[in-house]
Amino acid sequence: MPHLHLSQLDSLEHEAIHVLRETAEQLPHSAILFSGGKDSLVLAAVARKAFAPAPPPFALLHIDTGHNFPETLAYRDQFARDFGYRLLVRSVQATIDSGRAVEETGPNASRNVLQSVTLLDAIAELKLDAALGGGRRDEEKARAKERIFSHRDASGRWDPKNQRPELWNLYNGRKKPGEQFRVFPLSNWTELDVWAYIEREKLPLPSLYFAHDREVFLRHGTLLAVSPHLPLQAGEQSARERIRFRTVGDMTCTGAVRSSAATLAEIIAEVAAARQTERGTRYDDRRSETAMEDRKRQGYF
Amino acid sequence: MDLLRLITCGNVDDGKSTLIGRLLYDTKSIFEDQWAAVQLASERRGDAGPNLALLTDGLRAEREQGITIDVAYRYFATPRRKFILADCPGHFQYTRNMVTGASSAHLALLLVDVRHGLTEQTRRHAFIASLLRIKHLIVCVNKMDLVDFSQAAFDRVREQFMEYAERLEAPDIQFVPIAALHGDNIVEKSARMPWYAGTPLLYTLETVYVLNDANHVDARFPVQTVIRPPAAPGPAFTGYAGQVASGSFRPGDEVVRLPGGLPARIKAIHGPAGPVGEAFHPMSVVLELDRALELSRGDMLARPNNLPATGQDIEAMLCWLSEQPFDPARRYLLRHTSCETGCELRTVRYKLDITTLHRNPDAAPLGMNDFARVTLHTAVPLFFDSYKKNRSTGSVILVDEAANTTVAAGMIL
Ligand SMILES: Nc1nc2c(ncn2[C@@H]2O[C@H](COP(=O)(O)OP(=O)(O)O)[C@@H](O)[C@H]2O)c(=O)[nH]1
Repeated sequence: MPHLHLSQLDSLEHEAIHVLRETAEQLPHSAILFSGGKDSLVLAAVARKAFAPAPPPFALLHIDTGHNFPETLAYRDQFARDFGYRLLVRSVQATIDSGRAVEETGPNASRNVLQSVTLLDAIAELKLDAALGGGRRDEEKARAKERIFSHRDASGRWDPKNQRPELWNLYNGRKKPGEQFRVFPLSNWTELDVWAYIEREKLPLPSLYFAHDREVFLRHGTLLAVSPHLPLQAGEQSARERIRFRTVGDMTCTGAVRSSAATLAEIIAEVAAARQTERGTRYDDRRSETAMEDRKRQGYF
Repeated sequence: MDLLRLITCGNVDDGKSTLIGRLLYDTKSIFEDQWAAVQLASERRGDAGPNLALLTDGLRAEREQGITIDVAYRYFATPRRKFILADCPGHFQYTRNMVTGASSAHLALLLVDVRHGLTEQTRRHAFIASLLRIKHLIVCVNKMDLVDFSQAAFDRVREQFMEYAERLEAPDIQFVPIAALHGDNIVEKSARMPWYAGTPLLYTLETVYVLNDANHVDARFPVQTVIRPPAAPGPAFTGYAGQVASGSFRPGDEVVRLPGGLPARIKAIHGPAGPVGEAFHPMSVVLELDRALELSRGDMLARPNNLPATGQDIEAMLCWLSEQPFDPARRYLLRHTSCETGCELRTVRYKLDITTLHRNPDAAPLGMNDFARVTLHTAVPLFFDSYKKNRSTGSVILVDEAANTTVAAGMIL
């Protein structure tokens, strides 16, 4: 790179650090939403750098749907230990048990929508000013218009028609008591940027991202893992295949891809050549064309 | 590979969404499932084929109305560059969205329908781009297929635009004749316009030189937050974290604290990957000084022989963004770099009609999409530069203190 010039990955990292520091000042009581997925782990890794040598001023908050892959939970605990984070877990099961949410029924039941209730309860309980998320604008159409500092009303709702203009690098995190923000420091990263950063920083990854053998079956064109949460229906047959996951989500809705990519370099090559978006493997986004926007309005991440 | 931030603008129906869809499609930034969704939506609407414009169509309300209503960000990359494109809606009522998108852009693509030439909206957008100091403007003269790829038609638009541009401050203006719908002069030079001597649009985007656009002269470091690790053995660490607004800083440099003017030397600069020998815009770093200056958020470090202007009366060009007009009974806060202070709108010298560029001494309060030359009075002195010289230390926003909304954007004169 010429003098006084940053590579695009450095530009993105510096921008994310600026946003994280701004969050710490304007919305001091905040937590990082940590799913164990690649975006949230990159966010947590950047946040640790942003405040070094002091520890990051945010805890990790995991909304546990109870439908996680066991690998994800093991990874989550290890990551929090290794990166010096306090880990808070709030469970969708507890929300259901308390009667605050009702479990979906039927073959395609998922806890994706219920997560929002648990998240909003956790934000209220922990009195959080903001939840920091690893969401990227290239992920999904509704996200493409969301602000980096995204204001939510007192019931956690996002109003896409009434967003605050965000100019230069001046972020407006002012809010009334009870209101909250979602902050997305990785807004301008693409999926490939995230992978390139993981490679450059040698960040540890959940094993689900690498090719492994697993019992899977096909439903509505999505390869799903066989698990106690997702019983096979009549006519469905499972088979042991070499697969990996492109996103980390619930066992009930995260689709696998057939792959033999066993190293990070192979994953990156595969992502670069991919012809499907990563969310294309998520069953939950395909329920309707505006699935994500609808969930966001309700208080989803 | 580096990063280029750009915006697209132009009158409604001049082909902006089609051009963006084309850029995404031709740089292979579209995935099969997105393409399938576009095909499905096109069929439902009864379009003749897959409608490229639908690729950039986001929220439900917009889909119902068939228009784009907020700034949406798109990403595409070539082996040379990564692009962040702010897609700004065309209608006049969304002028404020263009101002938002333009605030961080290096380059603007301005779409013009060759059959219609410059419209009022084209003129406004060109003006906003120059007001927000976007240094590079590419005028895409679109729908060349509808005028038989005529050079005379292209030249007419170019001359019309150049005449208007004499009144703007736009250092670099280029013109490209295109047919976004068919891909002419987007990635490859179009065989249908042999008379065009320039390069195709994508090549221009990949190679336009933006390094000199940032201010690398005036060293300014607004303190964003103070890093103080909990007590540990050894000497206590105090670091000042922030984003370099302009210029550059090196270990050993003498700096002064503003306000106050107390001097110190930079002991070390810490970047995300460890100590660095030089920090420049837009790096986020931590500065360690050789003596305790007790800096806090909102203070600034500069070089003793190159100080910003200081004062409480700020002359600025303001763009009102909020649906709520300015109201003298309400209280407003001003945000500038990392500092926030109370502020009064003392005088409105004139409103600027951005279609005619006339100055109107208008008595009506500032309303949404108004541009006005104003004097702001701040509760504490600011350390600032003119926006023309320095986008980072020359820009402000106004926030309604009770509603907390961002109501205006200002460029310091
Ligand atoms: N013939 C022709 N039509 C075009 C071209 N570019 C766009 N259009 C059409 O012009 C109309 C408006 O385009 P659109 O991209 O939606 O405009 P926007 O409002 O600026 O986003 C659509 O019907 C497009 O198909 C072009 O290069 N040639």
